[in-house]
Amino acid sequence: MSDELVDHKKRRILSIAATVVGGIGVAYVATPFVLSMDPSAKAQAAGAPVDVDVSKLQTGQLLTVEWRGKPIWILRRNQEMLDRMKEISSQLRDPNSDELSQQPHYAKNEYRSIKPDIMVMEGICTHLGCAPTYRPELAAADLGAEWKGGFFCPCHGSRYDLSGRVYAGVPAPSNLKVPPYRFVTDTRIMIGVDPERA
Amino acid sequence: MREWFYLGKEWIESRFPAREFWEDHLVKYYAPKYLNFWYFFGSLAMLVFAIQVITGIFLTMNYKPTAGTAFASVEYIMRDVNWGWLIRYMHSTGASFFFIVIYLHMFRAFLYGSYQKPRELLWLFGVLLFVLLMAEAFMGYLLPWGQMSFWGAQVIISLFGAIPVIGSDLALWIRGDYVVADATLNRFFAFHVIAFPLLLIGLVVFHLIALHRVGSNNPDGIEIKEKKNEQGIPLDGIPFHPYFTLKDMLGAIVFLMIFSAVVFYYPEMGGWFLEKDNFIPADPLKTPEHITPLWYFTPFYAILRAVPDKFLGVMLMGAAIAVLFVVPWLDRSPVRSIRYRGPIYKIALAVFVICFVGLGYLGTVAATPAATIFSRIGTFIYFAFFLLMPIYTRLDKSKPLPDRVTK
Repeated sequence: MSDELVDHKKRRILSIAATVVGGIGVAYVATPFVLSMDPSAKAQAAGAPVDVDVSKLQTGQLLTVEWRGKPIWILRRNQEMLDRMKEISSQLRDPNSDELSQQPHYAKNEYRSIKPDIMVMEGICTHLGCAPTYRPELAAADLGAEWKGGFFCPCHGSRYDLSGRVYAGVPAPSNLKVPPYRFVTDTRIMIGVDPERA
Repeated sequence: MREWFYLGKEWIESRFPAREFWEDHLVKYYAPKYLNFWYFFGSLAMLVFAIQVITGIFLTMNYKPTAGTAFASVEYIMRDVNWGWLIRYMHSTGASFFFIVIYLHMFRAFLYGSYQKPRELLWLFGVLLFVLLMAEAFMGYLLPWGQMSFWGAQVIISLFGAIPVIGSDLALWIRGDYVVADATLNRFFAFHVIAFPLLLIGLVVFHLIALHRVGSNNPDGIEIKEKKNEQGIPLDGIPFHPYFTLKDMLGAIVFLMIFSAVVFYYPEMGGWFLEKDNFIPADPLKTPEHITPLWYFTPFYAILRAVPDKFLGVMLMGAAIAVLFVVPWLDRSPVRSIRYRGPIYKIALAVFVICFVGLGYLGTVAATPAATIFSRIGTFIYFAFFLLMPIYTRLDKSKPLPDRVTK
């Protein structure tokens, strides 16, 4: 075939059309492979709610349970601890829990909890996912005389108070996350579900 | 008999270009004479890669990639599999040696300007290989399922969570679960033993094809192809085989002596090659007191920690690696080699090396206020070395280049 007889324009349009259609096909075939890497049905089922009895939890005691593979902390606080949290509000990045993604709306209050004395939160540092350590003692030697008790992340030095509120000037960007939870009875908590009338 | 041999050879040659390949890439591939010590590390990188592939295949025969069995299967390899300890120590030591070799290989490029025109693409393939190697090493480190494996992976995958909007979904997709879990381990195993080695091999081929198109640079940083004899052979070139194959063999022997000494006598290197916390099984509920990545990541980890903001820290760490890709276009020096560059580049490179090693050290210690300040200074110098390069390489007084390659 001589060159004059070739319709180059038509050939280019056909090439582009074939490439586009082929590309769409590749995208369709790629989808199941990409989605196969998301959490499986089994992993999602493991995210089912967890029932915890807090009747034996002492003041200042930290209970760790597992939900969705994550450590969930339950801490019982007394009035004195809650008062101390008020004093340090000015040193915190988000003292009023304005970042809405970090807690359900029913835990967006002064104490970041449904009941002031029972604190429930995920024990995963919002910086890079380490597990902070519970440091309830006042003025701990390594944390400074100003330390009012809280959580300290050994990885990169992020600090949180007893409500999981992050201090300003540390690497962690936001407060510790509060998972959805409800009180089934006065002393039993269900972690992973919102309250019935929420 | 001899006739049969020739007939057989011809039968093959008319069907498979083995001889052409041999000639094009070895006996008629001319490399500059006087390639010095720094030119050992390319071939050594291939040697370590081979060690990693072979030991890796044999480790796979006994390793079990599930959260419930991984830690125990590694201990089984170490205690019960015949010679399993040797194969495993060769693989773990090989990982650290891979990075030693690659860092020295990259340093060579900064010494002699090996990334400059026309070797930009060769350099880009090389940096991409470096990035893939870091990913390969990171995923391999999860497999023993010790405390450092687990928490290191948890921290690094969380880095992706710092990306706005898609971050947390992306991290979830990478993990395949809400935290690092069985699904994560299983897929990292697939990536570590199949996907990334295939990518690495493919890219090594690209790296070599690019190298053989432009030819090796040399310590003088001059083009040997500019001066050729009547046959078109560079006057300063000698055939790669036998000259450099023999030279590289010497390098390989010395390398293997050092490598064996480490494998047999210091396989853990006092916690530098195998961290102590990694002999404790992974515990998703308890972070080790002090998380550090292995030494070859610590310079970048120190940069991450130097920034008080999560997103900016991640960005800066990414930028520290990404900036390597543009080095060929940052260097404006008229000469390649440090031998003919002026004092500014020599000082800049020396300061850069000190700061890189310093950052590497700071990445291993606890984030005290003093360490953070030094990390910030180091981070500043790290980026200044690259970003100011267009200015100081142009200001620098270079010496006249020689006509021919010198000793």
